[in-house]
Amino acid sequence: MPKFVLLWTDVSIWLLALALVAYTLHVRRQPNLSATWRKVFADAPALASCVVLTACLLLTLADSVHFRSLLPAAAGTQPGVAAYDARVQSLLDAALRDVVQSRESTYSRPLAYVGFTKESTEVDGQVRRMAPRLRHGGAHLSDPATQWLGDLFMRAAAGLLLGAAAAGVLCGLLIALLARRAGEGWRAMASAVWHGETAIPWRVTGLTLAGIFAVGGVVVALMSHYHVFGTDVTGNDVLYQTLKSIRTAFVIGTLATLATLPLAVVLGIMAGYFKGWVDEAIQYVYTMLSSIPNILLIAACVLMVQVFLDKHPEMFETGVERADVKLFLLCAVLGLTGWAGLCRLLRAETLKLRELEYVQAASAFGVSHGRIMVRHLFPNVAHLMLIVTVLEFSALILYEAVLSYVGVGVDPSMNSFGGMINFARNEMSRDPVVWWPFAAAFTFMVAVVLAANLFADGVRDAFDPRARAFRPRVTRNKPA
Amino acid sequence: MIAYVTRRVLYGVLILLGVNLVTFFLFFTVNTPDDMARMNIGGKRVTQELIQKWKLERGYDKPLYWNDTREGTDQLTDTIFWERSVSLFTLKFGRADSESAGDIGHEVASRMWVSIQLALPIFLLQVIASTAFALLLVMFRHTRLDLTGVVLCVLMLSISSLFYIIVGQYLFSRVLRLVPISGYAGGLDVVRFLILPVALSALARLGTEARLYRAMFLEEIGKDYVRTARAKGLSETVVMFRHVLRNALIPIITSAGGYLPYVFLGSLVFESFFGIPGLGAYVIEAISKQDFAIVRTMVFVGSLLAIASYILIDIAYTWADPRVRLG
Repeated sequence: MPKFVLLWTDVSIWLLALALVAYTLHVRRQPNLSATWRKVFADAPALASCVVLTACLLLTLADSVHFRSLLPAAAGTQPGVAAYDARVQSLLDAALRDVVQSRESTYSRPLAYVGFTKESTEVDGQVRRMAPRLRHGGAHLSDPATQWLGDLFMRAAAGLLLGAAAAGVLCGLLIALLARRAGEGWRAMASAVWHGETAIPWRVTGLTLAGIFAVGGVVVALMSHYHVFGTDVTGNDVLYQTLKSIRTAFVIGTLATLATLPLAVVLGIMAGYFKGWVDEAIQYVYTMLSSIPNILLIAACVLMVQVFLDKHPEMFETGVERADVKLFLLCAVLGLTGWAGLCRLLRAETLKLRELEYVQAASAFGVSHGRIMVRHLFPNVAHLMLIVTVLEFSALILYEAVLSYVGVGVDPSMNSFGGMINFARNEMSRDPVVWWPFAAAFTFMVAVVLAANLFADGVRDAFDPRARAFRPRVTRNKPA
Repeated sequence: MIAYVTRRVLYGVLILLGVNLVTFFLFFTVNTPDDMARMNIGGKRVTQELIQKWKLERGYDKPLYWNDTREGTDQLTDTIFWERSVSLFTLKFGRADSESAGDIGHEVASRMWVSIQLALPIFLLQVIASTAFALLLVMFRHTRLDLTGVVLCVLMLSISSLFYIIVGQYLFSRVLRLVPISGYAGGLDVVRFLILPVALSALARLGTEARLYRAMFLEEIGKDYVRTARAKGLSETVVMFRHVLRNALIPIITSAGGYLPYVFLGSLVFESFFGIPGLGAYVIEAISKQDFAIVRTMVFVGSLLAIASYILIDIAYTWADPRVRLG
């Protein structure tokens, strides 16, 4: 039995997943909320993004179960005393064990079977400069020059077929489920889905799933014998690093936004409701916070966190735990420094709402201040909170890259998009250019951020009807 | 007007006092001067004498907020807090924590000019380019051009500014060899060094800004005065440029104004990527050297500039919209 390690961010991510489930149940019980969410999912880009984000979330969850594996009992140790590996692994690491262990010595191109740099080797007694064969990439080929391309195609095709089959099964299940719920035959349901006649465009879901599975299938099929995105300077697989970076991005995006909420909501509603000196004091605090250029404030806080961690090295058993606490504190810092915007918004909305009849009626009935704020004001500003939260998510993922570049981001030992870009900066100025770590980071980061942005747009349009007017749409007749 | 500006300035001073208190708390109470000394001397050769010497050299050897050993007002004034605060408010920033770095005030003054040279063109180009792009989209609203433009904006704002820099540098400096990769020079030569960062910075924010401005324009277009203007028989161009643009200026000023502090601070990332010795690069150097005195000073300078620019924005309102009466 391995020893499970509870990291701070793991706990938070799992709690978050639970909260998401709880919120879903809550939405299902509330007819007006579920109607609004249905509007979100009726938007095809938002729905497709949601599928992509869910895939990333699943990856994050798999990467958020950490353990130290049990070492086989070595000679000379006492029986009964279990020894554990010093390295902390996650479920994702365990699933990708082959990829993690297949380290090369340095750079190699994507899908290559020879190294990127030439080395002097002795062939038939003569020293020649040539690119050496990789230890793992394409190691199964006996004559790579002729077999390589064919092998790639065979594996890719097999992966594609497998991915398509898996997607097909999943779509079939989805249709069966939909048909059961609607009380129709699955044939009719399948046709309705295929022709896009359902209220929620399930066809988009199916197509997105098919896309993810097709790409995933190809990658998985190639992964075991090649480095799909090549290797970095120390010979580590770039694809693995990118997958790990997704978790970092997700943790920062979600935890840091959530950390802003308590302060922003409590203070914003209080300022708007009580007015007077409470309002003045709260306004003073957030004006002060927002007058400090954000990145400087974060830099200052993170430097302090660093000093604190350096002072207490005994708190952490492993490097992973230390990096994780740093990430957690970074999210806390981002939260503590970033609540001013939402707070201002909530204050303004509360100022408007508190003059409405229903609030006045409540206070005439003698409802207490606290109860008015919790029961009457909070539910009516909650949509603002939701919109800002999803909008902030993508902004924070982008911000993480900048912070890591500045040197106040996540721990350098932790994989993150910012760290990858930071390395890529030097790699792009090499000759010949090392472009694949950059390309990998770019592809994945844009995919995640774009999905987050499109989803956020969908949420905003559904929850804020005013925003919907700004959606671009093509009309035949030009309005007068 | 004068009364209003005075009031705003006084409130600004109040805010600065708060900023000073928060930064002091962060830098001296969360971590004591002893911790800082230990970290700065570094390694295992830290002894109590060395720490004392380090603190004495920088004037950190006094009590933090309250000096019990003194009499009268000296109890308050003979402390680190008082001395640091006074030196910040009189803009005498003193020396940096690390040995190699010199006087902070001198560095800030000389680097400020470099930062402005980079940031002011960025600011102007950005506002002009984003406004022009947004206007174009709004002129062709409800057509494919608008749709494509918005999709392009969403794509562009999903790409980290770091990617723009790396690709831009690779393309224009390494492949096409149009401009130097990085560096800085005085005189007219500076244009060659600054043109790429300015263009890339404006491009990196085009998506975000143009989409925002487009929404602002569309909001204005729905209003009654626009309908009146059209009913009068004015051409669409006149309506757009004379009426809508003028009215949309107010939200645009607010949005662009929030970016103004960075004009002075310089865009941190751009300066360090292109080796431009401005304030932003200074901050990054300080962070990597863990020089707290510089970071502390820059937090103060940054918020000073932010407050100044917010007051400037308010004055700009009266210019953009005569209906706004300050007071």
